[in-house]
Amino acid sequence: MSWTALLVLAAGTYALRLAGLVLRERLHLPARVERYVDLGATALLVAMVTVSTLFDGEAFAGWARPAGVAVGALAAWRRAPFILVVVLAAATTAGLRAVGVA
Amino acid sequence: MRSPFRSFFRAVDRGDLRDALALAAAIAVVGASFGALAAAGGVPPLLIVAMSVLVFAGGAQFLVVAVVAAGGSVVAAIAAGFLLNLRLLPFGLAVGDTVGGGWRSWLVGAQLVTDETVAFSRARPAGPRARAAFWVCGVLLYTAWNLGTIAGMLAGAAVPDPDAFGVDAAFPAGLLALLLPGLRRRDARRVASAAAGLALLATPVLPAGLPVFAGLLGLFAAGPPPAPETPPATSPGTEA
Repeated sequence: MSWTALLVLAAGTYALRLAGLVLRERLHLPARVERYVDLGATALLVAMVTVSTLFDGEAFAGWARPAGVAVGALAAWRRAPFILVVVLAAATTAGLRAVGVA
Repeated sequence: MRSPFRSFFRAVDRGDLRDALALAAAIAVVGASFGALAAAGGVPPLLIVAMSVLVFAGGAQFLVVAVVAAGGSVVAAIAAGFLLNLRLLPFGLAVGDTVGGGWRSWLVGAQLVTDETVAFSRARPAGPRARAAFWVCGVLLYTAWNLGTIAGMLAGAAVPDPDAFGVDAAFPAGLLALLLPGLRRRDARRVASAAAGLALLATPVLPAGLPVFAGLLGLFAAGPPPAPETPPATSPGTEA
């Protein structure tokens, strides 16, 4: 890992972020397209949730993590406060791991 | 010109601040584990800190350090990190209006665009509250991530595995909680189901970052937009 490599990654990442923000204003998207931009963010976030719930890299993450996320999801669906959702998910997964569930 | 700061602080909701602090606490733990892992992997201290300050994307940072530690080439590591961060462009597009107009907002706000800040601000009503939520969440997460990194780097091997605390379940659960209100819209629900299925199928076969874009194909399931402006008050009993 070198400074050059780091700066390339940092600049590339920053450019992606900035491009999105600036394009939103410059493109003057019609309402129909804006709807897809918004739904697209939902799609990407749901995909992120799915991948990070079930996978470690390309392999199954084990049962403890999805079980914790499921408990958190249930709490969120029952309109529990955000903090409770996060804590319940973490506590479930931590508890399962403490008793030996991977 | 009215002070942007005064109107900003007036717009910060107490509950939003509390929720953002909860996310920040979790981020700090992950940041500490990144700092410890990178230090153990032989990355020089200044480089570790600079990485968290300049890249500020946990997934990519872990990935790059892991690829290099496993003996992969630096070019492969950077490419993998960049691929994982590609989603930040459509995220920026989605929160462009929320972050605020003008170059000063864009230049600073860009660095704060992450999965969490996007989900967090989109979960609030559009306008001043969403804008305040984005900035409060962004600044808190940025601070927590970098302080966590430094603490973890200094503590080194003394940092416990965050998996023991279930932090890896906290993030997807938190994101899901933020997404749920938006999924009451029928078209969003169709897109979400398709996106989850596609990402699931793509993960074992595509390199990290691309499965999330496979989820974007879920847009084809969007169907027609929801009926415009149905007054919800006149239809009791339709909830859930």
